[in-house]
Amino acid sequence: MSPPTSPTPAILSGRGLTKTYHVGDVDIHALRGVDVELRDGELVVLLGPSGSGKSTLLNILGGLDHPTSGELRFRGKTIDTADERALTRYRRDHVGFVFQFYNLVASLTAEENVALVTEIARAPMSPADALALVGLGDRLDAFPAQLSGGEQQRVAIARAVAKQPEVLLCDEPTGALDSHTGVLVLQAIEQVNRDLGTTAVVITHNSGIAAMADRVLRFGDGQVVDESRNTVRRAPAELTW
Amino acid sequence: MRLLHPLDAKLARDLWRLRAQALAIALIIASGVGVLCSSLAVVDALLETATLFYERQRFGDVFGNVTRAPRHLLTRIGDIPGVQVLEARVVKHATVEVEGFDDPVIAALVSIPEDRAPVLNRPWLRRGTLPAPGQVDGAVLSEAFADGHDLAVGDTLHALINGRRRALRVTGIALSPEYVYTIAPGGLLPDDRRFGVIWMGEEVLAAAFDLDGAFNDVSLVLAHGADVDTVVHRLDALLEPYGGTGAIAREDQPSNWFVMNEIRQLRSMAGILPTIFLVVAAFLTNMVLARLIATERSEVGLLKAFGYGNVTVAWHYAKLVLMLAGAGVVLGWLFGWWLGRYSTVLYADMFRFPTLYYHPGLQPFVLAGAVSLGAALAGALGAARRAARLPPAEAMRPPAPAVYRRAGRLSAAARHWFDQLTRIVLRQLLRWPVRALLTSTGVAAAVAVLVMSLQWLDALELMVDSFFFDQQRHDVMVSLVEDRPASVRYEIARLPGVLAVEAHRTVPARLRNRHLSRREAVIGVPGDGELEVLKDATGARVPIPPDGLVMSRTLADRLRLSRGDPVVVEVLEGSRPVIVVPVAAIFDTWIGTPVFIHREALDRALGDPPTVDTLLLDVDPDHILELFDALEATPVVGAVTLRRASVDNFDDTIAENMLVFVTIYVSFACTLAMGVVYNSMRIALSERGRELATLRVLGFTGGEVSYVLLGEAALMVLVALPIGCVLGAALVELMSANFETELFRVPPVVAPSTYGMAMLVVLASAVLCGVLVHRRVERLDLIRVLKTRE
Repeated sequence: MSPPTSPTPAILSGRGLTKTYHVGDVDIHALRGVDVELRDGELVVLLGPSGSGKSTLLNILGGLDHPTSGELRFRGKTIDTADERALTRYRRDHVGFVFQFYNLVASLTAEENVALVTEIARAPMSPADALALVGLGDRLDAFPAQLSGGEQQRVAIARAVAKQPEVLLCDEPTGALDSHTGVLVLQAIEQVNRDLGTTAVVITHNSGIAAMADRVLRFGDGQVVDESRNTVRRAPAELTW
Repeated sequence: MRLLHPLDAKLARDLWRLRAQALAIALIIASGVGVLCSSLAVVDALLETATLFYERQRFGDVFGNVTRAPRHLLTRIGDIPGVQVLEARVVKHATVEVEGFDDPVIAALVSIPEDRAPVLNRPWLRRGTLPAPGQVDGAVLSEAFADGHDLAVGDTLHALINGRRRALRVTGIALSPEYVYTIAPGGLLPDDRRFGVIWMGEEVLAAAFDLDGAFNDVSLVLAHGADVDTVVHRLDALLEPYGGTGAIAREDQPSNWFVMNEIRQLRSMAGILPTIFLVVAAFLTNMVLARLIATERSEVGLLKAFGYGNVTVAWHYAKLVLMLAGAGVVLGWLFGWWLGRYSTVLYADMFRFPTLYYHPGLQPFVLAGAVSLGAALAGALGAARRAARLPPAEAMRPPAPAVYRRAGRLSAAARHWFDQLTRIVLRQLLRWPVRALLTSTGVAAAVAVLVMSLQWLDALELMVDSFFFDQQRHDVMVSLVEDRPASVRYEIARLPGVLAVEAHRTVPARLRNRHLSRREAVIGVPGDGELEVLKDATGARVPIPPDGLVMSRTLADRLRLSRGDPVVVEVLEGSRPVIVVPVAAIFDTWIGTPVFIHREALDRALGDPPTVDTLLLDVDPDHILELFDALEATPVVGAVTLRRASVDNFDDTIAENMLVFVTIYVSFACTLAMGVVYNSMRIALSERGRELATLRVLGFTGGEVSYVLLGEAALMVLVALPIGCVLGAALVELMSANFETELFRVPPVVAPSTYGMAMLVVLASAVLCGVLVHRRVERLDLIRVLKTRE
């Protein structure tokens, strides 16, 4: 399933990744041997129904979880066996996360939620710039409770990209939003990917979104069942779902 | 068929999930219930034990003392209306020699009839028998004294009886309702090695003290409903011509007075401490439940969506509280039962009772249980109601982000100084100031209880220092067997090792101010005395003016006297003159209710040749044993008390008992502190798990994330510390006021180190909780927390 050799180097590469959860006496095979490579500046959409293993893969790629077996390398360095401290370091320095439910800190303003990350990052952009990038340059002082869902998600994106991560991992970023707001959020992701060159992975069960990707991996039953490449990336505004 | 309703299964699992928090709450409730039950049970047990012992051994209702009265007077005493039974005795004091023990030992010699068992104040034989009729050397020893010197039936000891050294053979060991609290005359605490009771045949004692056909002590038991005061008054009148020193009712009998005093104190304690624990427990239950339901809102919504009614849902959570509190109550019952028994045994050791009637009634347990369950339910009521009121649709939606607006804003200056994590901590506190304040209050309560418990040791030290060191500067106190001319001091001053002598004259008197009166010993002291210096509570010397009474404030208050007021002093010895003396000064003192007067003023007022009855000696320590021997050989010497021994004894008896209770209360306070801190941290963790997990995902380390949670708790604890110290000081004042008895008042002093220790203990408890919670933060399951809907 691996893509043909390409001139751009792989930033993240996984080989034979499996993940098995033991629930009571039952083994749940969430991943059944997945090979995956993410290249610099790529925008990849992981498409599949819920329970197909895409979130599990994203968690492993983001250093939130260990694979049961298989190998995962970030810029050539093995991270599948890294300890908790090394994984924290990896998340802190290289990875940005965006979740379906935003996960903003309610007691911090938009700017402060972003600053939360820039304070511990090595080469961050300013929180104001990050928020301007997602079109929220005028809402710096708003608390999460004063923002709409779409705005909250865009703050989450700003927070994820402000440290200028190499990889941006988005788990159902539009799952809790209406389509109009969802487009705004996808635009923000697309813009980050294009302007900053951040490798972006977007998980969705919504096939309409696939058209904005460079590459689409379709998931089913813990495996990549299909991989396709879009010759032309469609702008989020042109997407419908 | 299902064994358990699904809701009950949920309840059981919730309890299991919350087990650590549940345990913390249960322990707090248990502490409150335990203290309440044990205090009330001890009060009951002591009262019942005393009552039964008194009844069985026919403890007298009225007691009279004379120098020498003929036996035919007994007929007239028996004719006093209300007198049912009476018995006359010979009661004297003697010096005792015990092999291997150099300090002076005094014993009360109490006569028992030769031909029959005593009718009243019967000794309870533990071992051996009463002396056989006609057995002149037979003696029954009080048990504490025998134990203190390892004396057994068949052993021999010597006593200096009215100047004659006699060998006594121990025929039995006994207890007595008269000497449950066995103290030497004028003493405060039992000293088993230096004071004891010896029962001997009446004829032997009467002969020894020249009381053939006479008596010097009489006890009465009154018919049911007889007026004690009238009998006391009539008895007093009959005994007066024979040197009566004032008849007393049972309530003034020294041993019983101390026992009842202790019971009164215990009863007042049963009111305060458990209340503190119960209030804190109710507060904690409320807090836990309200926040628990906040984290359970989607399940509440789900239950209601399925069609469960408000009442069912509310009852579901009420059951949770009842089970939490119920566990605490049962634990508290067990603990209270044990602590009650343990304290009763401790008291039984200090008070000599033959058997303990520790059968706590249901009442304290029902009361403590009802109060605790009530408090917990009341605490949880609001939370359960809120849960039931939640509309299902709203409950099932994830809650909107908590609203932080202007109230949560920090000033620009503050923003400059604090990083984002610190801002989270500060905003969280500013957003829920009441909750933070309540948590701080809970921790402060723990500090306060600690201050209060540890303060007892400060108070004790102050009392010992001021009484035994500041005030008493003599080495030895010699009580004479009877009043002697003042010149006796020169005789004593010539004894080996004596460096200085001061003489006191003590007269029993009834002090009267209109309808208020009190029996008290008026102590005549030299105006320039250096061996006993009167000091007030502040440590300032109280001068003895040439005229007038110097009175302790407790006594002055009781008689409603102020400085300058005249007091009617009815002297209860000798020619029993009645004189009127003004109150010259009132001073504060911690121990007893003493009243002093210049000895010369006393002599003048009594109008008889000056006499003395107590001598204070300053002694060269190198010659103290020679002095003891010399004193023993001096017939006028009654009791010899060493100040050093009194201090040691005070320390041993009181400090030992107190240390036990201090330890118990310190552990209670730690339970409180840990209960409050741990619960508030754990609840915060479950409420904010998602936020904290997000921080972990964003790359913050476990330590940094714990900082958010623990920083908040740390701030609340830090705020609580000074509040707790202030509350503690207030509690100390409250306890001091409630513990005020005639025997002693607890000085409301708190040493700085006590505050320090209280804060340290609470800090240590908080740190321990912090470590436990930090471990949970480290184990936070990031994926699960993030993927599950709130």
